[in-house]
Amino acid sequence: MDLAIYNSRRRRNVVATAASYGATGVGLAGLAMILIVLFWEGFSGLSLAVFTEMTPPPGSAGGLLNAIVGSILMTVIAIAIGTPIGMLAGTYLAEYGRHDKVSSVVRFINDILLSAPSIVVGLFIYEVMVVPMGHFSGIAGAVALSVIVIPVVVRTTEDMLMLVPNTLREAAASIGLPRSLMIRHIAYRAARSGIITGILLAVARISGETAPLLFTALNNQFYSHNLNAPMSSLPVVIFQFALSPYEDWQKLAWTGALIITISVLALSIIARALTGTRKAS
Amino acid sequence: MVDVTWGGARVGAQDATERAKALNKLRLGDVIFHAVTRSAALLVLLLLGGVMVALFLGSLPALTTFGFDFVTTQSWNPVTEKFGALAPIYGTLITSFIAMLIAVPFGLLIAMFLTELCPMWLRRPIGIAIELLAGIPSIIYGIWGLFVLAPFLQQYVQPALIATFGNVPVLSSLFAGPPYGIGVLTASLILAIMVLPFVTSISRDVFDAVPPVLKEAAYGLGCSTWEVMRYVVLPYTRVGVIGGVMLGLGRALGETMAVTFVIGNAHKISSSLLAPGTTISATIANEFTEAVGDLYTSSLIALGLILFVITFIVLAIARYMLLRIEKRVG
Repeated sequence: MDLAIYNSRRRRNVVATAASYGATGVGLAGLAMILIVLFWEGFSGLSLAVFTEMTPPPGSAGGLLNAIVGSILMTVIAIAIGTPIGMLAGTYLAEYGRHDKVSSVVRFINDILLSAPSIVVGLFIYEVMVVPMGHFSGIAGAVALSVIVIPVVVRTTEDMLMLVPNTLREAAASIGLPRSLMIRHIAYRAARSGIITGILLAVARISGETAPLLFTALNNQFYSHNLNAPMSSLPVVIFQFALSPYEDWQKLAWTGALIITISVLALSIIARALTGTRKAS
Repeated sequence: MVDVTWGGARVGAQDATERAKALNKLRLGDVIFHAVTRSAALLVLLLLGGVMVALFLGSLPALTTFGFDFVTTQSWNPVTEKFGALAPIYGTLITSFIAMLIAVPFGLLIAMFLTELCPMWLRRPIGIAIELLAGIPSIIYGIWGLFVLAPFLQQYVQPALIATFGNVPVLSSLFAGPPYGIGVLTASLILAIMVLPFVTSISRDVFDAVPPVLKEAAYGLGCSTWEVMRYVVLPYTRVGVIGGVMLGLGRALGETMAVTFVIGNAHKISSSLLAPGTTISATIANEFTEAVGDLYTSSLIALGLILFVITFIVLAIARYMLLRIEKRVG
């Protein structure tokens, strides 16, 4: 009798453990397969022309230059808009209003915005910018991306400022430093690497965003850095080219996907290294 | 009294008015900085409010024209301007449901591996790899699904499913029709793969929050690994796990690119999982720029509003549950 119970417990444990090993194996293999196919397909199309030529019409050779430039331009502007707002809001949550009622509401809403569907952000910017302006534009795309940047920066700024020891704040106050100067010169400096990490993660987050750009920046087959006109971007070009029936377009889509993945992985690894050194010191 | 110095300016202790001016400047700076940070924080609230209002105003023409029929009818006809959102809503819910059905057990089992079974030296690398994968943009998963997963399913898996379940009463209608490759099942699988890193990393964090004493006590009583998971870790972390699952569900519901590539964009509800369908986000992504006529555009925005409301509710529940477990831990 006892032995039967013992055996059934043992069996159950073996089954569960095996399932756990199996799930990990299958999960990691599946995700590894995506990366392997991506690198295989992407590298075979990678050449200098990708970075020096425009997106081609179907059937001829070309590159992704206009898309890369458009992506970089919109990302830079989005970060330039989103970072100050996000940092200031995060500062309020961590420094002035740590225990406010308002702060807890803002925190809650911010967390929801953090994972809100990005296509809805695209619709929002379409309504408030594209419709009044009368046409699609690069700046609308950049603003749409900045709406995605803000919650990321708010969250990391707040978290990082929370880690700053209170003794630093008290020391600053004791020599008569006003609170705003304490925040800007002491707290920001102490939390700097963490805040930079947050910005890098925000860049990583928006560099692959497609949905908010589809109907704000639209696309542009030619080189353009006019922010008042439709602007092409890597993700949108990938979307368009991958769904096309032309083989050379599909090839370029894979290459573009590889470029995005490598930049996102590089940004996340740098961000991780930054916080890692901070913790170690 | 001491001298006041800031920013290169130095005010002597004797000069009382200068001194007062300098101090006032500092005080003013303080007030301004406080006001600026506070308005930035309020801007976050405004952002959410703005999204709500803009979507509501944009969808007003469609909602007044179709009324409640908008969410209960299936026809989506740009020519006759008859729009009903039932098919995309159904597609969104069914793909997310199947995706979670696959991703949750996998995620929990991987989290169990990472917290209980994995050798110490492997924990960090695997953990980091999973977190990096969670950051990969969904369009990458989408393009992989279109070029690799869909052809594979079409050639090998779907014919096998049709052959196996063709004569089984209920399942035969689930797996009916020709193997297109793209369709509801493919979209669900892609979503599952995409959500898996999320669910795994959140469950791992939540499992890690279990006090070691509890687990050690259970092991000390002679519990097996599975019994510790089942009777100690899971009950303790239930709220957090549900929160994490809801968070993943929120992602899956709103996911656009991974789904748009492989769903097939067909506005009809089919009982077969192999048939092409559509989701709210895929419909918007595919049709928005080509929509002519105010009613068409407005109907698409109304779809966006519905999606936003659904995800808002799911995410709010998720955050609430995760907050509860955070409170218990810290």
